[in-house]
Amino acid sequence: MQSPGALEISRRDLLVASAATVTVAGAPSLGHSQTNIPEASTGTNVSFTVNGERLELELDNRTTLLDALREHLHLTGTKKGCDHGQCGACTVLVDGRRINACLTLAVMHEGGSITTIEGLGQPGNLHPMQAAFVEHDGFQCGYCTPGQICSSVAMLEEIRANIPSHVTGDLTAPAEITAAEIRERMSGNICRCGAYSNIVEAITEVAGRKT
Amino acid sequence: MRAFSYERASSIEAAAKAAASTDGAKFIAGGTNLLDLMKLEIETPTHLIDVNGLGLDRIEPTPEGGLRIGALVRNTDLAADERIRRDYGLLSRALLAGASGQLRNRATTAGNLLQRTRCPYFYDTNQPCNKRQPGSGCAAIAGFSRQLGVVGVSDACIATHPGDMAVAMRALDAVVETIGADGTTRSIPIADFHRLPGETPEIEHVLERGELITAVVLPKPMGGKHIYRKVRDRASYAFALVSVGAIVQPDGTGRIAVGGIAPKPWRDEAAEKELPRGAKAASTRLLADARPTEQNAFKITLVERMLSAVLAEARG
Ligand SMILES: Cc1cc2nc3c(=O)[nH]c(=O)nc-3n(C[C@H](O)[C@H](O)[C@H](O)COP(=O)(O)OP(=O)(O)OC[C@H]3O[C@@H](n4cnc5c(N)ncnc54)[C@H](O)[C@@H]3O)c2cc1C
Ligand code: SF4
Ligand code: FES
Ligand code: FES
Repeated sequence: MQSPGALEISRRDLLVASAATVTVAGAPSLGHSQTNIPEASTGTNVSFTVNGERLELELDNRTTLLDALREHLHLTGTKKGCDHGQCGACTVLVDGRRINACLTLAVMHEGGSITTIEGLGQPGNLHPMQAAFVEHDGFQCGYCTPGQICSSVAMLEEIRANIPSHVTGDLTAPAEITAAEIRERMSGNICRCGAYSNIVEAITEVAGRKT
Repeated sequence: MRAFSYERASSIEAAAKAAASTDGAKFIAGGTNLLDLMKLEIETPTHLIDVNGLGLDRIEPTPEGGLRIGALVRNTDLAADERIRRDYGLLSRALLAGASGQLRNRATTAGNLLQRTRCPYFYDTNQPCNKRQPGSGCAAIAGFSRQLGVVGVSDACIATHPGDMAVAMRALDAVVETIGADGTTRSIPIADFHRLPGETPEIEHVLERGELITAVVLPKPMGGKHIYRKVRDRASYAFALVSVGAIVQPDGTGRIAVGGIAPKPWRDEAAEKELPRGAKAASTRLLADARPTEQNAFKITLVERMLSAVLAEARG
Protein backbone atom coordinates (compact mmCIF):
# COMPACT_ATOMS: atom_id res chain seq x y z
CA MET A 1 0.00 0.00 0.00
CA GLN A 2 2.88 2.34 0.66
CA SER A 3 3.64 4.65 -2.24
CA PRO A 4 7.24 4.95 -3.46
CA GLY A 5 7.02 8.66 -2.65
CA ALA A 6 6.42 7.95 1.01
CA LEU A 7 9.45 5.70 1.04
CA GLU A 8 11.68 8.39 -0.37
CA ILE A 9 10.50 10.75 2.29
CA SER A 10 11.29 8.32 5.04
CA ARG A 11 14.81 7.81 3.63
CA ARG A 12 15.34 11.55 3.62
CA ASP A 13 14.05 11.76 7.19
CA LEU A 14 16.48 9.08 8.05
CA LEU A 15 19.43 11.03 6.69
CA VAL A 16 18.34 14.07 8.66
CA ALA A 17 18.03 11.91 11.75
CA SER A 18 21.48 10.40 11.32
CA ALA A 19 22.98 13.86 10.78
CA ALA A 20 21.40 14.97 14.04
CA THR A 21 22.80 11.90 15.72
CA VAL A 22 26.32 12.72 14.60
CA THR A 23 26.00 16.21 16.08
CA VAL A 24 24.78 14.91 19.42
CA ALA A 25 27.35 12.13 19.53
CA GLY A 26 30.01 14.86 19.39
CA ALA A 27 28.95 16.10 22.85
CA PRO A 28 31.17 14.55 25.52
CA SER A 29 28.65 13.01 27.93
CA LEU A 30 26.43 11.41 25.30
CA GLY A 31 28.93 9.14 23.57
CA HIS A 32 26.61 6.67 21.86
CA SER A 33 28.25 5.18 18.81
CA GLN A 34 25.69 4.55 16.09
CA THR A 35 28.12 3.92 13.30
CA ASN A 36 27.94 0.15 13.10
CA ILE A 37 24.25 0.02 12.07
CA PRO A 38 23.86 -0.12 8.32
CA GLU A 39 21.34 2.41 7.09
CA ALA A 40 19.43 -0.15 5.05
CA SER A 41 18.45 -2.06 8.16
CA THR A 42 16.33 0.71 9.66
CA GLY A 43 13.29 -0.55 7.73
CA THR A 44 11.48 -3.88 7.99
CA ASN A 45 8.89 -5.77 5.96
CA VAL A 46 5.75 -6.64 7.82
CA SER A 47 2.48 -8.23 6.85
CA PHE A 48 -0.75 -8.20 8.80
CA THR A 49 -4.45 -7.95 8.14
CA VAL A 50 -6.34 -4.73 8.70
CA ASN A 51 -10.13 -5.01 8.82
CA GLY A 52 -9.88 -8.35 7.05
CA GLU A 53 -7.58 -7.20 4.26
CA ARG A 54 -4.12 -8.73 4.09
CA LEU A 55 -1.39 -6.13 3.60
CA GLU A 56 2.35 -6.11 3.13
CA LEU A 57 4.28 -3.02 4.06
CA GLU A 58 7.89 -1.97 4.15
CA LEU A 59 8.12 0.44 7.00
CA ASP A 60 10.69 2.55 8.76
CA ASN A 61 11.08 0.70 12.07
CA ARG A 62 10.04 3.83 13.94
CA THR A 63 6.51 3.77 12.51
CA THR A 64 3.98 3.17 15.26
CA LEU A 65 0.96 1.06 14.46
CA LEU A 66 -1.05 4.28 14.77
CA ASP A 67 1.03 6.09 12.13
CA ALA A 68 0.97 3.04 9.86
CA LEU A 69 -2.83 3.06 9.98
CA ARG A 70 -3.28 6.79 9.59
CA GLU A 71 -0.39 7.92 7.41
CA HIS A 72 0.34 4.83 5.31
CA LEU A 73 -3.06 3.16 5.03
CA HIS A 74 -5.06 6.39 5.31
CA LEU A 75 -7.42 4.87 7.86
CA THR A 76 -7.89 8.10 9.74
CA GLY A 77 -10.76 6.92 11.94
CA THR A 78 -8.22 5.98 14.60
CA LYS A 79 -7.17 9.20 16.29
CA LYS A 80 -3.92 10.53 17.72
CA GLY A 81 -4.55 12.42 20.94
CA CYS A 82 -1.43 12.34 23.08
CA ASP A 83 0.82 9.81 21.27
CA HIS A 84 1.99 8.65 24.74
CA GLY A 85 -0.55 6.14 25.98
CA GLN A 86 -2.33 8.71 28.12
CA CYS A 87 -5.67 9.25 26.35
CA GLY A 88 -6.93 6.13 24.53
CA ALA A 89 -7.92 7.96 21.31
CA CYS A 90 -5.73 5.52 19.35
CA THR A 91 -7.39 2.36 20.71
CA VAL A 92 -7.63 -0.44 18.14
CA LEU A 93 -8.14 -4.18 18.40
CA VAL A 94 -5.19 -6.44 17.71
CA ASP A 95 -6.06 -10.12 17.65
CA GLY A 96 -9.27 -9.17 19.42
CA ARG A 97 -7.66 -7.24 22.27
CA ARG A 98 -7.75 -3.50 22.73
CA ILE A 99 -4.39 -1.75 22.78
CA ASN A 100 -2.96 1.76 22.35
CA ALA A 101 -1.77 1.89 18.74
CA CYS A 102 0.55 4.81 19.59
CA LEU A 103 2.75 2.75 21.92
CA THR A 104 3.48 -0.18 19.67
CA LEU A 105 5.58 -0.49 16.54
CA ALA A 106 3.86 -1.61 13.35
CA VAL A 107 6.72 -4.02 12.63
CA MET A 108 5.95 -5.85 15.89
CA HIS A 109 2.65 -7.09 14.47
CA GLU A 110 3.80 -9.57 11.86
CA GLY A 111 0.88 -11.94 11.17
CA GLY A 112 -1.46 -9.94 13.40
CA SER A 113 -5.09 -9.15 12.80
CA ILE A 114 -6.02 -5.51 13.35
CA THR A 115 -9.51 -4.07 13.58
CA THR A 116 -10.08 -0.32 13.51
CA ILE A 117 -13.28 1.67 13.84
CA GLU A 118 -13.66 1.44 10.04
CA GLY A 119 -13.72 -2.34 10.34
CA LEU A 120 -16.25 -2.48 13.18
CA GLY A 121 -19.02 -0.97 11.10
CA GLN A 122 -19.71 1.43 8.28
CA PRO A 123 -22.40 4.02 7.55
CA GLY A 124 -25.59 2.04 6.91
CA ASN A 125 -24.09 -1.00 8.61
CA LEU A 126 -23.23 0.22 12.09
CA HIS A 127 -21.84 -1.99 14.83
CA PRO A 128 -24.37 -2.09 17.71
CA MET A 129 -21.93 -0.07 19.82
CA GLN A 130 -21.64 2.63 17.15
CA ALA A 131 -25.43 2.79 16.91
CA ALA A 132 -25.76 3.01 20.70
CA PHE A 133 -23.26 5.89 20.88
CA VAL A 134 -25.35 7.78 18.31
CA GLU A 135 -28.59 6.99 20.09
CA HIS A 136 -27.32 8.02 23.53
CA ASP A 137 -25.30 11.08 22.41
CA GLY A 138 -22.13 9.40 23.64
CA PHE A 139 -19.96 12.19 22.25
CA GLN A 140 -19.75 15.89 21.52
CA CYS A 141 -16.75 16.75 19.31
CA GLY A 142 -16.30 13.06 18.47
CA TYR A 143 -12.52 13.02 18.64
CA CYS A 144 -12.27 10.38 21.35
CA THR A 145 -15.21 8.39 19.96
CA PRO A 146 -13.51 5.83 17.68
CA GLY A 147 -11.22 4.94 20.59
CA GLN A 148 -14.14 4.81 23.03
CA ILE A 149 -16.09 2.49 20.74
CA CYS A 150 -13.21 0.11 19.97
CA SER A 151 -12.33 0.07 23.65
CA SER A 152 -15.88 -0.61 24.83
CA VAL A 153 -16.43 -3.47 22.37
CA ALA A 154 -13.28 -5.22 23.59
CA MET A 155 -14.00 -4.28 27.21
CA LEU A 156 -17.30 -6.17 27.18
CA GLU A 157 -15.46 -9.20 25.80
CA GLU A 158 -12.99 -8.89 28.69
CA ILE A 159 -15.86 -9.04 31.18
CA ARG A 160 -17.29 -12.07 29.37
CA ALA A 161 -13.85 -13.69 29.51
CA ASN A 162 -14.01 -13.16 33.29
CA ILE A 163 -11.09 -10.75 33.51
CA PRO A 164 -11.42 -8.87 36.82
CA SER A 165 -10.97 -5.12 37.35
CA HIS A 166 -9.80 -2.77 40.09
CA VAL A 167 -13.38 -2.43 41.38
CA THR A 168 -14.27 -6.13 41.28
CA GLY A 169 -15.23 -7.01 44.86
CA ASP A 170 -14.50 -10.73 44.92
CA LEU A 171 -11.63 -11.84 42.71
CA THR A 172 -12.82 -15.43 42.68
CA ALA A 173 -16.40 -14.61 41.63
CA PRO A 174 -17.40 -14.11 37.98
CA ALA A 175 -16.96 -10.54 36.68
CA GLU A 176 -20.19 -8.54 36.44
CA ILE A 177 -21.38 -5.77 34.17
CA THR A 178 -22.22 -2.81 36.41
CA ALA A 179 -21.90 0.94 35.89
CA ALA A 180 -18.94 1.00 38.31
CA GLU A 181 -17.22 -1.79 36.38
CA ILE A 182 -17.79 -0.03 33.05
CA ARG A 183 -16.44 3.27 34.36
CA GLU A 184 -13.30 1.70 35.81
CA ARG A 185 -12.63 -0.46 32.77
CA MET A 186 -13.10 2.51 30.42
CA SER A 187 -10.75 4.78 32.38
CA GLY A 188 -8.11 4.41 29.66
CA ASN A 189 -10.28 6.49 27.34
CA ILE A 190 -10.33 10.16 28.21
CA CYS A 191 -13.11 12.37 26.84
CA ARG A 192 -12.27 16.05 27.01
CA CYS A 193 -15.90 16.92 26.21
CA GLY A 194 -16.96 14.94 29.26
CA ALA A 195 -19.53 12.76 27.53
CA TYR A 196 -18.89 10.05 30.11
CA SER A 197 -22.39 9.54 31.48
CA ASN A 198 -23.87 9.05 28.01
CA ILE A 199 -20.99 6.76 27.07
CA VAL A 200 -21.79 4.58 30.08
CA GLU A 201 -25.45 4.50 29.05
CA ALA A 202 -24.60 3.47 25.50
CA ILE A 203 -22.32 0.68 26.70
CA THR A 204 -24.83 -0.48 29.29
CA GLU A 205 -27.47 -0.80 26.64
CA VAL A 206 -25.29 -2.90 24.35
CA ALA A 207 -24.11 -5.04 27.26
CA GLY A 208 -27.72 -5.72 28.29
CA ARG A 209 -28.74 -6.63 24.78
CA LYS A 210 -26.08 -9.25 24.35
CA THR A 211 -26.27 -11.07 27.66
CA MET B 1 12.62 9.21 17.60
CA ARG B 2 16.11 8.18 16.49
CA ALA B 3 16.47 5.57 13.78
CA PHE B 4 17.17 2.00 14.87
CA SER B 5 17.46 -1.45 13.39
CA TYR B 6 15.05 -4.16 14.49
CA GLU B 7 15.12 -7.92 14.82
CA ARG B 8 12.65 -10.54 15.97
CA ALA B 9 14.67 -12.75 18.26
CA SER B 10 14.64 -16.43 17.30
CA SER B 11 15.49 -17.88 20.71
CA ILE B 12 16.09 -16.81 24.29
CA GLU B 13 19.81 -17.50 23.97
CA ALA B 14 20.08 -15.62 20.67
CA ALA B 15 18.27 -12.64 22.17
CA ALA B 16 20.69 -12.38 25.08
CA LYS B 17 23.70 -12.85 22.83
CA ALA B 18 22.54 -10.23 20.34
CA ALA B 19 21.82 -7.75 23.11
CA ALA B 20 25.30 -8.13 24.54
CA SER B 21 27.14 -8.00 21.24
CA THR B 22 25.27 -5.17 19.49
CA ASP B 23 26.14 -1.62 20.46
CA GLY B 24 23.12 0.32 21.73
CA ALA B 25 20.79 -2.68 21.70
CA LYS B 26 17.69 -2.99 23.88
CA PHE B 27 14.95 -5.57 24.28
CA ILE B 28 11.43 -4.54 23.47
CA ALA B 29 8.47 -6.36 25.05
CA GLY B 30 5.13 -4.53 25.25
CA GLY B 31 6.92 -1.33 24.27
CA THR B 32 4.61 0.80 26.42
CA ASN B 33 7.43 2.36 28.42
CA LEU B 34 10.34 2.08 26.01
CA LEU B 35 8.57 3.64 23.01
CA ASP B 36 7.16 6.42 25.17
CA LEU B 37 10.73 7.31 26.18
CA MET B 38 12.16 6.80 22.68
CA LYS B 39 9.71 9.34 21.28
CA LEU B 40 11.15 11.87 23.72
CA GLU B 41 14.70 10.69 22.92
CA ILE B 42 15.26 9.91 26.58
CA GLU B 43 15.94 6.35 25.45
CA THR B 44 17.99 6.19 22.25
CA PRO B 45 18.62 2.54 21.39
CA THR B 46 20.12 1.93 17.95
CA HIS B 47 18.92 -1.66 17.78
CA LEU B 48 15.73 -3.26 19.13
CA ILE B 49 15.41 -6.96 19.86
CA ASP B 50 11.77 -8.02 19.92
CA VAL B 51 11.36 -10.71 22.57
CA ASN B 52 7.67 -11.34 21.95
CA GLY B 53 7.10 -14.78 20.46
CA LEU B 54 9.82 -16.63 22.39
CA GLY B 55 7.32 -18.72 24.31
CA LEU B 56 7.90 -16.78 27.52
CA ASP B 57 4.18 -16.15 27.93
CA ARG B 58 3.16 -19.04 30.16
CA ILE B 59 2.41 -19.41 33.87
CA GLU B 60 3.48 -22.79 35.18
CA PRO B 61 3.55 -24.53 38.58
CA THR B 62 6.98 -25.01 40.19
CA PRO B 63 8.04 -28.19 42.03
CA GLU B 64 8.06 -26.09 45.24
CA GLY B 65 4.34 -25.40 44.93
CA GLY B 66 4.69 -21.87 43.59
CA LEU B 67 4.26 -20.41 40.12
CA ARG B 68 6.74 -19.49 37.41
CA ILE B 69 5.44 -16.47 35.48
CA GLY B 70 6.97 -16.05 32.03
CA ALA B 71 8.61 -12.67 31.43
CA LEU B 72 6.26 -11.94 28.54
CA VAL B 73 2.99 -12.75 30.33
CA ARG B 74 0.81 -9.68 29.83
CA ASN B 75 -0.38 -7.82 32.90
CA THR B 76 -4.03 -8.58 31.99
CA ASP B 77 -3.40 -12.31 31.74
CA LEU B 78 -1.44 -12.42 34.98
CA ALA B 79 -4.14 -10.51 36.87
CA ALA B 80 -6.86 -12.78 35.44
CA ASP B 81 -5.14 -16.11 36.06
CA GLU B 82 -7.30 -18.26 38.36
CA ARG B 83 -4.34 -19.36 40.50
CA ILE B 84 -3.11 -15.81 40.96
CA ARG B 85 -6.59 -14.61 41.90
CA ARG B 86 -7.05 -17.41 44.40
CA ASP B 87 -3.63 -17.68 46.03
CA TYR B 88 -1.87 -14.36 45.31
CA GLY B 89 -4.77 -11.89 45.30
CA LEU B 90 -2.38 -9.10 46.22
CA LEU B 91 -0.61 -9.45 42.88
CA SER B 92 -3.84 -9.49 40.91
CA ARG B 93 -5.03 -6.39 42.77
CA ALA B 94 -1.77 -4.51 42.25
CA LEU B 95 -1.80 -5.18 38.51
CA LEU B 96 -5.42 -4.12 38.17
CA ALA B 97 -4.67 -0.87 40.00
CA GLY B 98 -2.10 0.05 37.35
CA ALA B 99 -2.38 1.85 34.01
CA SER B 100 -5.47 1.12 31.82
CA GLY B 101 -7.12 -1.90 30.23
CA GLN B 102 -5.39 -1.15 26.92
CA LEU B 103 -1.94 -0.79 28.49
CA ARG B 104 -2.30 -3.90 30.63
CA ASN B 105 -3.11 -5.88 27.49
CA ARG B 106 0.39 -5.07 26.17
CA ALA B 107 2.51 -4.52 29.28
CA THR B 108 4.58 -7.53 30.30
CA THR B 109 5.86 -8.89 33.59
CA ALA B 110 9.51 -8.07 32.83
CA GLY B 111 8.78 -4.70 31.23
CA ASN B 112 6.69 -3.70 34.23
CA LEU B 113 9.55 -4.43 36.64
CA LEU B 114 11.92 -2.39 34.47
CA GLN B 115 9.67 0.59 33.81
CA ARG B 116 11.44 3.84 34.52
CA THR B 117 10.52 6.63 36.89
CA ARG B 118 7.76 9.17 36.27
CA CYS B 119 9.73 12.05 37.78
CA PRO B 120 8.55 15.05 35.70
CA TYR B 121 12.10 16.34 35.27
CA PHE B 122 13.31 12.99 33.97
CA TYR B 123 10.70 13.43 31.22
CA ASP B 124 11.57 17.08 30.53
CA THR B 125 14.76 17.04 28.48
CA ASN B 126 15.27 20.78 29.09
CA GLN B 127 15.90 20.14 32.78
CA PRO B 128 18.95 18.82 34.56
CA CYS B 129 18.48 15.22 35.66
CA ASN B 130 21.21 12.93 36.96
CA LYS B 131 19.29 9.85 35.97
CA ARG B 132 18.79 10.92 32.37
CA GLN B 133 22.12 12.69 32.00
CA PRO B 134 24.56 11.72 34.75
CA GLY B 135 26.26 14.67 36.38
CA SER B 136 23.81 17.30 35.16
CA GLY B 137 22.14 17.80 38.56
CA CYS B 138 18.69 17.10 39.95
CA ALA B 139 15.94 19.58 39.20
CA ALA B 140 13.46 17.76 41.42
CA ILE B 141 15.03 18.21 44.83
CA ALA B 142 14.34 21.96 44.90
CA GLY B 143 11.50 21.69 42.41
CA PHE B 144 8.09 20.09 42.13
CA SER B 145 8.68 17.03 44.27
CA ARG B 146 5.19 16.16 45.46
CA GLN B 147 5.17 12.79 43.66
CA LEU B 148 8.74 11.86 44.48
CA GLY B 149 10.49 9.66 47.00
CA VAL B 150 10.95 10.13 50.73
CA VAL B 151 13.12 7.17 51.66
CA GLY B 152 16.04 5.35 50.04
CA VAL B 153 16.69 8.52 48.05
CA SER B 154 20.03 10.34 47.69
CA ASP B 155 21.41 13.82 47.07
CA ALA B 156 21.71 12.85 43.42
CA CYS B 157 18.14 11.63 42.86
CA ILE B 158 14.83 11.36 44.73
CA ALA B 159 12.85 9.55 42.03
CA THR B 160 10.54 6.62 42.78
CA HIS B 161 9.98 3.32 41.08
CA PRO B 162 6.45 4.11 39.93
CA GLY B 163 5.07 0.60 39.43
CA ASP B 164 2.37 -1.29 41.29
CA MET B 165 3.16 -4.89 40.34
CA ALA B 166 6.65 -4.77 41.84
CA VAL B 167 5.19 -3.79 45.23
CA ALA B 168 3.17 -7.01 45.30
CA MET B 169 6.15 -9.02 44.05
CA ARG B 170 8.24 -7.60 46.90
CA ALA B 171 5.67 -8.52 49.55
CA LEU B 172 5.51 -12.02 48.04
CA ASP B 173 9.33 -12.39 47.93
CA ALA B 174 9.31 -13.20 44.21
CA VAL B 175 12.52 -14.22 42.43
CA VAL B 176 13.59 -12.86 39.04
CA GLU B 177 15.11 -15.45 36.70
CA THR B 178 17.46 -14.38 33.93
CA ILE B 179 19.74 -15.68 31.22
CA GLY B 180 23.01 -14.00 30.34
CA ALA B 181 24.79 -13.56 27.02
CA ASP B 182 26.97 -16.61 27.72
CA GLY B 183 23.90 -18.74 28.44
CA THR B 184 24.26 -18.76 32.23
CA THR B 185 21.10 -18.38 34.25
CA ARG B 186 20.65 -16.76 37.62
CA SER B 187 17.93 -16.15 40.18
CA ILE B 188 17.72 -12.71 41.75
CA PRO B 189 15.50 -12.13 44.80
CA ILE B 190 13.25 -9.16 44.07
CA ALA B 191 14.65 -7.44 47.16
CA ASP B 192 18.04 -7.25 45.43
CA PHE B 193 16.78 -6.52 41.92
CA HIS B 194 16.33 -2.74 41.98
CA ARG B 195 19.18 -0.53 43.17
CA LEU B 196 19.09 2.57 45.30
CA PRO B 197 20.38 5.67 43.48
CA GLY B 198 23.35 6.68 45.63
CA GLU B 199 25.61 8.64 43.31
CA THR B 200 24.64 6.66 40.21
CA PRO B 201 20.87 7.06 39.76
CA GLU B 202 21.19 6.04 36.09
CA ILE B 203 21.86 2.46 37.26
CA GLU B 204 18.47 1.17 38.39
CA HIS B 205 18.81 -2.60 38.63
CA VAL B 206 21.41 -5.35 38.84
CA LEU B 207 20.98 -6.78 35.33
CA GLU B 208 24.11 -6.97 33.23
CA ARG B 209 24.44 -5.98 29.61
CA GLY B 210 22.42 -8.38 27.47
CA GLU B 211 20.87 -10.16 30.46
CA LEU B 212 17.31 -11.18 29.61
CA ILE B 213 14.59 -11.74 32.20
CA THR B 214 12.96 -15.08 31.46
CA ALA B 215 10.54 -15.44 34.38
CA VAL B 216 9.47 -14.27 37.80
CA VAL B 217 8.90 -17.04 40.33
CA LEU B 218 6.43 -16.88 43.19
CA PRO B 219 6.94 -19.04 46.29
CA LYS B 220 4.19 -21.37 47.40
CA PRO B 221 1.02 -19.62 48.59
CA MET B 222 1.32 -18.14 52.07
CA GLY B 223 -2.35 -17.68 52.94
CA GLY B 224 -3.45 -14.64 54.92
CA LYS B 225 -5.51 -11.70 53.79
CA HIS B 226 -4.22 -10.04 50.61
CA ILE B 227 -4.76 -6.30 50.33
CA TYR B 228 -3.51 -3.70 47.86
CA ARG B 229 -4.43 -0.12 48.59
CA LYS B 230 -3.43 2.71 46.25
CA VAL B 231 -3.88 6.45 46.77
CA ARG B 232 -3.58 8.63 43.68
CA ASP B 233 -4.74 11.96 42.31
CA ARG B 234 -7.64 10.44 40.39
CA ALA B 235 -9.62 7.26 40.91
CA SER B 236 -8.13 5.34 37.99
CA TYR B 237 -5.38 5.51 35.31
CA ALA B 238 -2.87 7.31 37.48
CA PHE B 239 0.37 6.42 39.22
CA ALA B 240 0.41 5.99 42.98
CA LEU B 241 1.21 8.74 45.43
CA VAL B 242 1.48 5.92 47.94
CA SER B 243 0.45 2.29 47.63
CA VAL B 244 0.51 -0.46 50.24
CA GLY B 245 0.66 -4.15 49.44
CA ALA B 246 -0.04 -6.33 52.46
CA ILE B 247 -0.48 -9.94 53.46
CA VAL B 248 -1.90 -10.09 56.97
CA GLN B 249 -2.25 -13.34 58.89
CA PRO B 250 -5.06 -14.02 61.38
CA ASP B 251 -2.65 -13.53 64.32
CA GLY B 252 -1.89 -9.97 63.19
CA THR B 253 1.57 -10.67 61.82
CA GLY B 254 2.23 -10.04 58.17
CA ARG B 255 4.20 -8.54 55.32
CA ILE B 256 4.01 -4.98 54.09
CA ALA B 257 5.60 -3.44 50.99
CA VAL B 258 5.04 0.20 50.12
CA GLY B 259 5.11 1.83 46.68
CA GLY B 260 5.38 5.44 45.59
CA ILE B 261 7.81 6.43 48.33
CA ALA B 262 11.18 5.04 47.25
CA PRO B 263 13.34 4.07 44.27
CA LYS B 264 12.22 0.47 44.81
CA PRO B 265 9.29 -1.20 46.56
CA TRP B 266 9.97 -0.42 50.20
CA ARG B 267 9.89 -3.21 52.74
CA ASP B 268 11.57 -3.64 56.09
CA GLU B 269 11.22 -6.80 58.13
CA ALA B 270 11.89 -4.89 61.36
CA ALA B 271 8.84 -2.73 60.62
CA GLU B 272 6.76 -5.85 59.99
CA LYS B 273 7.64 -7.10 63.48
CA GLU B 274 5.90 -3.97 64.79
CA LEU B 275 2.67 -4.72 62.93
CA PRO B 276 0.88 -6.40 65.84
CA ARG B 277 1.48 -3.14 67.77
CA GLY B 278 -0.35 -1.16 65.12
CA ALA B 279 0.09 1.14 62.15
CA LYS B 280 1.94 3.91 63.92
CA ALA B 281 4.62 1.64 65.32
CA ALA B 282 5.11 -0.09 61.97
CA SER B 283 5.19 3.05 59.83
CA THR B 284 7.51 4.87 62.23
CA ARG B 285 9.96 2.01 61.90
CA LEU B 286 9.50 1.71 58.14
CA LEU B 287 10.18 5.40 57.56
CA ALA B 288 12.81 5.89 60.27
CA ASP B 289 15.37 7.04 57.69
CA ALA B 290 12.99 9.13 55.61
CA ARG B 291 14.18 12.49 54.34
CA PRO B 292 11.18 14.07 52.66
CA THR B 293 11.06 17.44 50.93
CA GLU B 294 8.60 20.06 52.09
CA GLN B 295 6.30 19.09 49.21
CA ASN B 296 6.21 15.36 49.78
CA ALA B 297 6.32 15.18 53.58
CA PHE B 298 2.60 14.40 53.45
CA LYS B 299 3.55 10.90 52.30
CA ILE B 300 4.84 10.11 55.79
CA THR B 301 1.41 10.72 57.29
CA LEU B 302 -0.27 9.03 54.35
CA VAL B 303 1.71 5.81 54.82
CA GLU B 304 0.64 5.59 58.46
CA ARG B 305 -3.01 6.23 57.64
CA MET B 306 -2.99 3.73 54.79
CA LEU B 307 -1.38 1.11 57.01
CA SER B 308 -4.03 1.75 59.58
CA ALA B 309 -6.77 1.31 56.94
CA VAL B 310 -5.12 -1.87 55.68
CA LEU B 311 -4.95 -3.36 59.17
CA ALA B 312 -8.60 -2.46 59.79
CA GLU B 313 -9.56 -4.11 56.50
CA ALA B 314 -7.55 -7.19 57.43
CA ARG B 315 -9.42 -7.51 60.72
CA GLY B 316 -12.47 -7.36 58.46
C1 LIG C 1 -0.28 6.44 30.62
C2 LIG C 1 0.38 5.35 31.39
C3 LIG C 1 -0.05 5.06 32.67
C4 LIG C 1 0.56 4.05 33.41
N1 LIG C 1 0.14 3.80 34.68
C5 LIG C 1 0.75 2.84 35.41
C6 LIG C 1 0.37 2.57 36.75
O1 LIG C 1 -0.56 3.19 37.29
N2 LIG C 1 1.03 1.60 37.43
C7 LIG C 1 2.05 0.89 36.87
O2 LIG C 1 2.62 0.03 37.53
N3 LIG C 1 2.45 1.14 35.61
C8 LIG C 1 1.82 2.09 34.87
N4 LIG C 1 2.24 2.34 33.60
C9 LIG C 1 3.48 1.71 33.13
C10 LIG C 1 3.27 0.37 32.48
O3 LIG C 1 2.92 -0.55 33.47
C11 LIG C 1 4.61 -0.01 31.84
O4 LIG C 1 4.80 0.83 30.72
C12 LIG C 1 4.67 -1.46 31.40
O5 LIG C 1 4.48 -2.32 32.48
C13 LIG C 1 6.00 -1.75 30.74
O6 LIG C 1 5.98 -3.06 30.21
P1 LIG C 1 6.32 -3.33 28.67
O7 LIG C 1 6.27 -4.78 28.46
O8 LIG C 1 5.47 -2.50 27.80
O9 LIG C 1 7.82 -2.81 28.66
P2 LIG C 1 8.72 -2.24 27.48
O10 LIG C 1 8.37 -0.82 27.25
O11 LIG C 1 8.73 -3.16 26.32
O12 LIG C 1 10.14 -2.34 28.18
C14 LIG C 1 10.51 -1.61 29.34
C15 LIG C 1 11.97 -1.89 29.64
O13 LIG C 1 12.16 -3.24 29.99
C16 LIG C 1 13.14 -3.85 29.17
N5 LIG C 1 12.72 -5.25 29.00
C17 LIG C 1 11.50 -5.66 28.56
N6 LIG C 1 11.43 -7.00 28.62
C18 LIG C 1 12.62 -7.45 29.09
C19 LIG C 1 13.15 -8.75 29.40
N7 LIG C 1 12.44 -9.88 29.22
N8 LIG C 1 14.40 -8.82 29.91
C20 LIG C 1 15.13 -7.70 30.12
N9 LIG C 1 14.69 -6.46 29.83
C21 LIG C 1 13.44 -6.34 29.34
C22 LIG C 1 13.16 -3.03 27.90
O14 LIG C 1 14.43 -3.11 27.27
C23 LIG C 1 12.89 -1.64 28.46
O15 LIG C 1 14.07 -1.07 28.94
C24 LIG C 1 1.62 3.31 32.84
C25 LIG C 1 2.04 3.59 31.52
C26 LIG C 1 1.43 4.59 30.80
C27 LIG C 1 1.90 4.86 29.42
S1 SF4 D 1 14.76 13.03 41.04
FE1 SF4 D 1 16.08 11.69 39.80
S2 SF4 D 1 14.87 11.45 37.95
FE2 SF4 D 1 14.05 13.30 38.95
S3 SF4 D 1 15.26 15.04 38.18
FE3 SF4 D 1 16.28 14.32 40.00
S4 SF4 D 1 17.83 12.94 39.16
FE4 SF4 D 1 16.29 13.15 37.58
S1 FES E 1 -2.83 8.72 21.18
FE1 FES E 1 -2.45 6.75 21.99
S2 FES E 1 -3.15 6.95 24.02
FE2 FES E 1 -3.31 8.99 23.30
S1 FES F 1 -16.42 13.70 22.44
FE1 FES F 1 -14.97 15.30 22.44
S2 FES F 1 -13.29 14.35 23.46
FE2 FES F 1 -14.85 12.91 23.74
